[in-house]
Amino acid sequence: MASVAKGTSLRQYALTRLALVLPMVFILLTMVFLLMRVAPGDPIDASLGGHAPPAVIEQIKKQLGYDKPIYVQYLSYMGNVARGNFGTTITDRRPITDIIKVNGAATLELTFYAMLVALTVGITLGLLAGRFRDTPMDTGGRLFGIVIYATPIFFLGLMAQLFFGSFLGWLPVSDRASPITQATLVTHTNIYTIDAIWDRNWSALKDVMLHMILPAVTLGLVTAGVFIRLVRVNVIRTMRDDYIEAARARGISERAVVRKHAFRNALVPVITIVGLQVAILLGGAVLTETTFNWPGIGHELVNYISNRDYAAVQGIILAFALVVVAVSVIIDFVSAYIDPRIRY
Amino acid sequence: MAAPAEAPALETARGRSLLPGLRRTLAPIREARGMPRTMLWLGAAITLAFILVAFLAPVISPYAFDAYEANGKRFPQLAPPSSSHLFGTTVQSTDVLSRVIWGAQTELKVVIVSLALSISVGVPLGLISGYFGGKLDRTLVLIMDAMFAFPFLLLAIVIAFMLSGRIGQGILTAAIAITVAYIPLYFRVIRNHVNSIKEETYVEAARALGARPFTVIRKYVFFNVIQNVPPLATLNAADAILTLAALGFLGYGIQPSQGAEWGYDIQRAVSDTSSGIWWTGLFPGLAIVLLVTGLTLLGEGLNETMNPILRHRVRGKVELTPASTPAEAEVE
Repeated sequence: MASVAKGTSLRQYALTRLALVLPMVFILLTMVFLLMRVAPGDPIDASLGGHAPPAVIEQIKKQLGYDKPIYVQYLSYMGNVARGNFGTTITDRRPITDIIKVNGAATLELTFYAMLVALTVGITLGLLAGRFRDTPMDTGGRLFGIVIYATPIFFLGLMAQLFFGSFLGWLPVSDRASPITQATLVTHTNIYTIDAIWDRNWSALKDVMLHMILPAVTLGLVTAGVFIRLVRVNVIRTMRDDYIEAARARGISERAVVRKHAFRNALVPVITIVGLQVAILLGGAVLTETTFNWPGIGHELVNYISNRDYAAVQGIILAFALVVVAVSVIIDFVSAYIDPRIRY
Repeated sequence: MAAPAEAPALETARGRSLLPGLRRTLAPIREARGMPRTMLWLGAAITLAFILVAFLAPVISPYAFDAYEANGKRFPQLAPPSSSHLFGTTVQSTDVLSRVIWGAQTELKVVIVSLALSISVGVPLGLISGYFGGKLDRTLVLIMDAMFAFPFLLLAIVIAFMLSGRIGQGILTAAIAITVAYIPLYFRVIRNHVNSIKEETYVEAARALGARPFTVIRKYVFFNVIQNVPPLATLNAADAILTLAALGFLGYGIQPSQGAEWGYDIQRAVSDTSSGIWWTGLFPGLAIVLLVTGLTLLGEGLNETMNPILRHRVRGKVELTPASTPAEAEVE
């Protein structure tokens, strides 16, 4: 397994992959910068509501460096980002890194639980549908996958709020925790479930988990649709492979063939897909957070957009982009480790 | 993917007319059986129904999308479904049924514009990039990958945000915002397919006979790779509707004065839920689910009938002889 040759090639692959990240990040940075600068209107004026006296606008522009030529702004922007300084919002002068730390933690928590839901539901239904192809199980699983994929997150969320919140009154429909918990919970990490366990504050943990259910299940179910589809196709493809036939020929029971040979191999590509899904999950998080008033980074983004705060939008978009790039690199490493054919 | 496409390609090269090519393209649809067939026809029926509703909106809709009164009498606010307002009314006294019907027209307009834009940019770029390769190809791939890596909803939000200041929040803004997010998809699929078939014998033969690059692309490559577009475009249309609704929900979609839009209506319905009012959100939402389901069924059906890897014939079990296995292995 751990021969010298393999170690070198994996390291080589890692280095090549990392080298490819740099141009990607560079392009993303440039795209975000350009998008924000070709924007019509004066960003400073717009973010102050369009009624600020010219002198004030000039002063703030000078402060933020918006009066310099565009290439100077570009270079200093790149330099700042390289040093981990994502800038400050214009409207409320909050450092972007602060937004990433506090609101990003809320988004991380939400997407983590949503991913758990998506993987559990998606893999189970996908495996069943693929294994029992062309049976009612398959039809049902696929139909569920298609319909759930066709459901806008905010619509599913709205119906969940209506049913479990207004109608049954079982679950809270907005915020991360009730006001009491918000006041008493000490935030070490801003990830509430971890914070509650940290302090052994079990009532807070229960409250936080209850608040988590509707948003996480909503986001998770919608994401599961893609997994059902992909796992199903992979199982069908794997079941046709020669080694499955070979295993059958050796007299291994169909159960064992399916469990040990087909499913395991069918799930390898899922890892790659999890990586791609993160981008979609983050987009979905924006909608989920808006629906459930979840104070995550997507919720902040929507707020800053409606205040036309260009600096904030630029910083948050960049944070999203970097997360996506980082996840795709990690996923590539993991799949290269599992499947040697991927390394190049 | 390329295996079964080879034989038809030779004929396309000889027969100049579009008709045989079209008939061959449609052949798998005629041959479809079982589940793919059901999906295909059910999806087509739902999609067609919505297109009809969109066209007939002025005739079948009881009121205009923004009407809050008829015959000088104001509609009730937030009235539950009744015989005079089948789907109830909203907080602005508009008729929910009329808004759902007119919404189909808005969706259709945006989807048509955005599909036309993304196909007419993505496909040519993919053809050129895949066929010529080199530095241009590498640069384009890098840019498209960067765009693709980005959460497309965010990309659409940012574009809609940028454009709304310049050309206003209309159908064109929404369509462009959606387009930008989908160009990389067409680019990728077309480029990779062109890349895989440009070394095929018939393409090489055409080149050897002295055909110019654009002639080769137009006559020999184009018809092979264009087969990817219908399933992709249908699935894309489904995605485009979800994206448009998301934009509308977040407030960056169509201006409420310009047309009814389902996502916007759902956003307005959020505040109604706390008092248990369900009809303002349920009906526009169901319209989205139904239309997107229809388009997805159609797209998946097309994909399964036209994609040789997934194509599943009734005689499938007999066909799994060694003769067909190498071809499939090659495909993957």
